[in-house]
Amino acid sequence: MELSDIINVLLLRDYNTRLVVICTILLGAACGLMGGFLLLRKRSLMGDTLSHATLPGVGMAFILSVMMGGSGKSLPLLLVGATMTGIVGCALVLLIRHYSRIKDDAAMGIVLSVFFGAGVVILGFIQTMPQGSAAGLESFIYGKTASMVLSDFKLLAGVTLAVIATSTLLFKEFRLLCFDQAYAAAQGWPVALLDVLLLGLVTAVTVAGLQAVGLILIIAFLITPAATARFWTDQLDRMLVLSAVIGGLCGWLGASLSAFFPKMPAGAVIVLVAALCFLLSMCFGAKRGLLMRYFRQSDLRRKVGRQHLLRAVYEILEAREGELVIRPVEFRQVRGRRTWSDRELRSALRLAYLDGLIEVRRAGGAIVLTEAGLTAAAKVTRNHRLWEMYLIEYADVATSRVDRDADAVEHVLGEKMVADLEARLISLRTAGGLSVPASPHPIVPGD
Amino acid sequence: MTWYAIDSWIVIVGLLAAISCALLGNFLVLRKMSMMGDAISHAVLPGLAIAFFITEARASVTMFIGAAIVGILTAVFTQWVTRFGKVDEGASMGIVFTTLFALGLLLIVQAADHVELDPGCVLYGAIELTPLDVVWQGELFGLSIGLPRAVLVLGAVCVANLLFIVLFFKELRIASFDPELATTLGISANWIHYLLMTMVAVTTVAAFEAVGSIIVIAMLIVPAAAAHLLTDRLGVMIVLSVFLAGLSAVLGHFGALLIPPVLGFESTSTSGMMAVMTGVLFAAAFLFSPRYGLLVRKLGRTDSAESTV
Repeated sequence: MELSDIINVLLLRDYNTRLVVICTILLGAACGLMGGFLLLRKRSLMGDTLSHATLPGVGMAFILSVMMGGSGKSLPLLLVGATMTGIVGCALVLLIRHYSRIKDDAAMGIVLSVFFGAGVVILGFIQTMPQGSAAGLESFIYGKTASMVLSDFKLLAGVTLAVIATSTLLFKEFRLLCFDQAYAAAQGWPVALLDVLLLGLVTAVTVAGLQAVGLILIIAFLITPAATARFWTDQLDRMLVLSAVIGGLCGWLGASLSAFFPKMPAGAVIVLVAALCFLLSMCFGAKRGLLMRYFRQSDLRRKVGRQHLLRAVYEILEAREGELVIRPVEFRQVRGRRTWSDRELRSALRLAYLDGLIEVRRAGGAIVLTEAGLTAAAKVTRNHRLWEMYLIEYADVATSRVDRDADAVEHVLGEKMVADLEARLISLRTAGGLSVPASPHPIVPGD
Repeated sequence: MTWYAIDSWIVIVGLLAAISCALLGNFLVLRKMSMMGDAISHAVLPGLAIAFFITEARASVTMFIGAAIVGILTAVFTQWVTRFGKVDEGASMGIVFTTLFALGLLLIVQAADHVELDPGCVLYGAIELTPLDVVWQGELFGLSIGLPRAVLVLGAVCVANLLFIVLFFKELRIASFDPELATTLGISANWIHYLLMTMVAVTTVAAFEAVGSIIVIAMLIVPAAAAHLLTDRLGVMIVLSVFLAGLSAVLGHFGALLIPPVLGFESTSTSGMMAVMTGVLFAAAFLFSPRYGLLVRKLGRTDSAESTV
């Protein structure tokens, strides 16, 4: 392969490649956009259902046109047929879900299998008709990516424009539908109508794309870019744009790759490119990727470990009579305060030492708080006790707030509440410049 | 309409496939994993392709093993993506099966020059042809009988599924309704899940190889969903779903024989008709179920509407 070939493909110099690549980019963007809404409504497999549900429509349109004396393979008629049964299928999914205890997934499965069955039955009829063979009809839903024509482009461009325009205009409404349908309904939005409109757009994208690129690619386009974008952002508008961009990019990359190499069907290559994007995002995504989640978790673990250590040392010091002064604390005693493994404790100690909060005495047998360490320990202990008091006194309202960080106690509860809690906790002791309340419950040392 | 021995075999094959699928389908519907059958029947393509490359023949045993392994992998990968990526289950299923299918397509195209493996033939088995593939020829009560291979395979699958459900009924029930409770009771919901998925994969592959994927997908979901509208008890639901599945298999064959002449056609696909019949029965349950039917709920709104919510 020459370099000039690659450049020719990338710059879309060849007419046929240009058409295929542009069509898949458009389709990828439109599907990515719609897929974002579907994903949030937990209806990702709607594309699967829809694309199977078009088969009876295609068959019926064929029979009708043959009966009226046509050849049966006029694309507009087949598209109309496909759209009709697609819409009926969508409506049935909504109907079944709304009027019975059947859940979304089963409703989609029922429509998929029964409609596809009906399609197979109708294709069976056509097989026996003298006028026409059903050959080629199945390719309507299995696609023909490598041989797209100008009419495909016009259709896809129209649908893509319509999809982008509608979802921009109705962005606020669709967002509410995705996140809080019950609230939207209570506010008087026409929820059912919006739902139908959204699925109508999905149907348009599916039908327009189906005969161009086939069933599997449409299903993948409606799911994978949206799920990929979800790893990078929590905001709907950004996610939708990202999803459309990813869809378009995968279409461009996949279609170009398949133009480079022989024996690489464009549909399959695009699906695999999208899957690779998904896998990479799942590992490295900035918001919900595995790696980021792992870092965030170990960060939290470290912080919690440090707080546990400081509080343990503080409570040991506190248990001694008299004024609270910094004294070395036996390692053995610290370990007895909690059920922590040696590894956990050692890593907590190491981190606290590096932060200058503790120092080591008696050849590793004991530790002593520094001045900074005492301040930190007093603060952690105080906040911890305030939280405990809060949970004891206001447990009925507190559940929504208990996951907050203990350090944030003043931000979350407000000064007045903190003062109130402190008043409930008797015998404040001054340590490290802070007044620390006594524990609201008896402290039982572990050793 | 004339009835031949071949018609009896078609009905028997259809019945066995329907019952095998319906038995497992109940748990898929309850666990909100109805689309698993569809996902598996698309995803097995690379398994078929690799098995074909290894043996260089369309030996059905290796193809079966290859497909079953990839079927189980579909369930495993879906679980991984759902759990580790925190992705919606439907979406992870879709990503996994489209990727596997694309992989299979790519493999098949690479070898297209010297390989005769049509993806279409995988997805549309022909139930009408099953009686022609005979494994055992013999005489019984003075009648000469040829036992089709599909009856043997699907019979075995059916018995296996029945045994699975009877033996693990308690575990399946708890794991389906309350996975946390199952875990506290010492039942690994995870193991039950994978066991169920293995049975679904094997059943799907065995059935669609014999009768086509459309019967499998329909029988896995629709009879169980219809039964779910008729009862609240799991045991009753399973029995009902088996009955409805069997009924639609029988009705489907009669439909395929009787309906085309009425409409002026010669014949049609029996598999497709069986799937359509499951839909007819579901529609009946949806409308007329004494407890959850649409009509009862609409008409009886004045007196007992609240209790059915």
